[in-house]
Amino acid sequence: METLNKIRVLVAKPGLDGHDKGAKIVALALRDAGMEVIYSGLHQTLDQIMSTAVQESVDVIGLSIMSGAHLPICEKLTAMIKEQGLDNVHLVVGGVIPNQDVQVLRKMGVAAVFPGGTSFDTIVSGINGLFQ
Amino acid sequence: MGVARYIKDEKGAITEVVYQSGMKIKPGYGPQDLADAGFSYETDLGEPGEFPFTRSLHPQGYRSRAWTTRQYTGFGTPEQTNERFKLMIANGQNGLNVAFDLPTQMGYDSDHPLAEGEVGRVGMAVDSLKDFLTAFDGIPLDRIGSGLTINAVASIMMAMYQALGETKGFDRTKISCTPQNDILKEMIGRGAWIFPVEHGVRLVGDSIAYAVKELPRSNPVSICGYHIRESGATPAQEIAYAFEIARAYIDTVAQRGIDPSDFVGRFSFNFNVYGNLWEQVAKFRAARKIWAQMLKEDYGVTDKKKLFLRGLFGGGGSGLTKEQPENNIMRGAFYALGAALSGAQTTALCSFDEAYTIPTPRSALLSLKTLELLMDEVGLRDTVDPLAGSYFIETLTLEMADKIKEEMAWVKEMGGIVSGISDGMIQKKVSQQAYEFEKGLQSGEYKKVGKTPGKEDEGADVELHQYNAAWAKSSKDSLAAVKRTRHEKAVADTLRALEKAAKGKDNVMPPLVECCKAFATVGEMADVFRQVFGEWQEPIFY
Repeated sequence: METLNKIRVLVAKPGLDGHDKGAKIVALALRDAGMEVIYSGLHQTLDQIMSTAVQESVDVIGLSIMSGAHLPICEKLTAMIKEQGLDNVHLVVGGVIPNQDVQVLRKMGVAAVFPGGTSFDTIVSGINGLFQ
Repeated sequence: MGVARYIKDEKGAITEVVYQSGMKIKPGYGPQDLADAGFSYETDLGEPGEFPFTRSLHPQGYRSRAWTTRQYTGFGTPEQTNERFKLMIANGQNGLNVAFDLPTQMGYDSDHPLAEGEVGRVGMAVDSLKDFLTAFDGIPLDRIGSGLTINAVASIMMAMYQALGETKGFDRTKISCTPQNDILKEMIGRGAWIFPVEHGVRLVGDSIAYAVKELPRSNPVSICGYHIRESGATPAQEIAYAFEIARAYIDTVAQRGIDPSDFVGRFSFNFNVYGNLWEQVAKFRAARKIWAQMLKEDYGVTDKKKLFLRGLFGGGGSGLTKEQPENNIMRGAFYALGAALSGAQTTALCSFDEAYTIPTPRSALLSLKTLELLMDEVGLRDTVDPLAGSYFIETLTLEMADKIKEEMAWVKEMGGIVSGISDGMIQKKVSQQAYEFEKGLQSGEYKKVGKTPGKEDEGADVELHQYNAAWAKSSKDSLAAVKRTRHEKAVADTLRALEKAAKGKDNVMPPLVECCKAFATVGEMADVFRQVFGEWQEPIFY
């Protein structure tokens, strides 16, 4: 029963950026916190991320973006999530995110933003909080 | 505290210190420690400038020549990058270190769909020779050498640099570039790889074999322990994995019948200065010795200068914090001090705002001036290897050498670095360590000043470099203009010659130079490689 209730998270690195330490350690932290974690690997297109999310029926898509391209990427992905009717899938974003962009992302429909340096506890409780 | 493990008693006094590479540190050191370790001045250190070069590559260290400064620079369009290059040179910088945007690093032109949102963002966009001609306009290529921070398509960029030099009227034997060209470390950390391992290594081999003959002042590879360290490796692993990667490149070139003595002298390295100060100094001193010994013993290299561990010791990105970002200015100064005490031949510093984004001109100049201050004001040029003979430093240097050798032995047991990377074992070890370290940082076991465990800071307001989406348009327009005016038949012919070389065993460098001169684009050349080599499927480990 417990496994059925586990939150399923796709940790994904969209685009060309290859700095994956953050994505990998957050994946490990979410797994240790009892979530089911799928890590996509590097250089994923948004189409690939969407199709993995559907195939794996995830509850959360967590993007790790370090290049500064978080606004254009999230704009597209939130639109794709809407288009495909995946209303139950939450998008969360981490990486190098300047303060002034956090609200912009939230308005776009990003459920939570975890800029670099956010503690594992905050990320875990932030994601758990989406389902309460 | 810091990156080391400190155990304290109930009064707060330190009872135990363990460095990241595993050395336990005593409260004090004396002559007996050196005696116990079997320390010998002649074999462990040697005179400065003499084998095994633990003390220095040059007999007088920085007296004969201060370090070369190479701040990592590049953003937006080639025009803007050119302006920033000139600003840095006017302020005393004596080498360049070019940052490319992600599409360029991944072999895509500015008009490729995958480039959208990334053009000119983390570095400058380079599509064709036209961009290099603009970026390096007015730069004396016979006096200023250029590091090219690019790996998967480094062969293309080295060819582009030759084409640039020759177009500007500089003989190819007079110009000097150092493409990073270390594809194996990209597969451990940083992730800007394209082609499968064996093809990636073949391209590195082609560029080394070519440069040795045709570009004698260039350094065709700069092996980056730096990024391996940033991905979670200890200082000992940083050096060990870099040397094992170097071994893979030496072996691939040697298999072509070229004597290692003919090319190892052109190898360069890039190492990190982030971490505990003493551990860094011991790391660099031990590394110079092990590299020289490895080349002598394993490859029969005897010429003194070819045994030098040359390279850039700098950066320190992992140490930066978003919280209280001005603290990063001080961190940078101490990292640079460590580099100077280690005899760094070339250096560069991460700028204080790089916890947020790429640096502003003000913060980049602050880094450059920090480096100048150490050489011209503090006294780091006074005498060579000033810490030599310290009971502590010499004991630590010996212990560090043992740790590095243990890690090298582990790689050999796995069947070598190529196999360790192909099956993901190295990546797995490094990311597990990164996870453990991050947990320690969050629990307060490790310490960064300004960060409070369990509490997130909003970050401070600092003036930041701003990306401008108009740069992408400018790059696309410029690319379209190149495609309109170039000679299409010449482009097709040179790309066909490249394909032929890639499919066979001929060196790809001569056709790449011809492609560049015909204004073939980086994307077109990389696509030839993509079609012939395919793309790497990384082992997913975390």
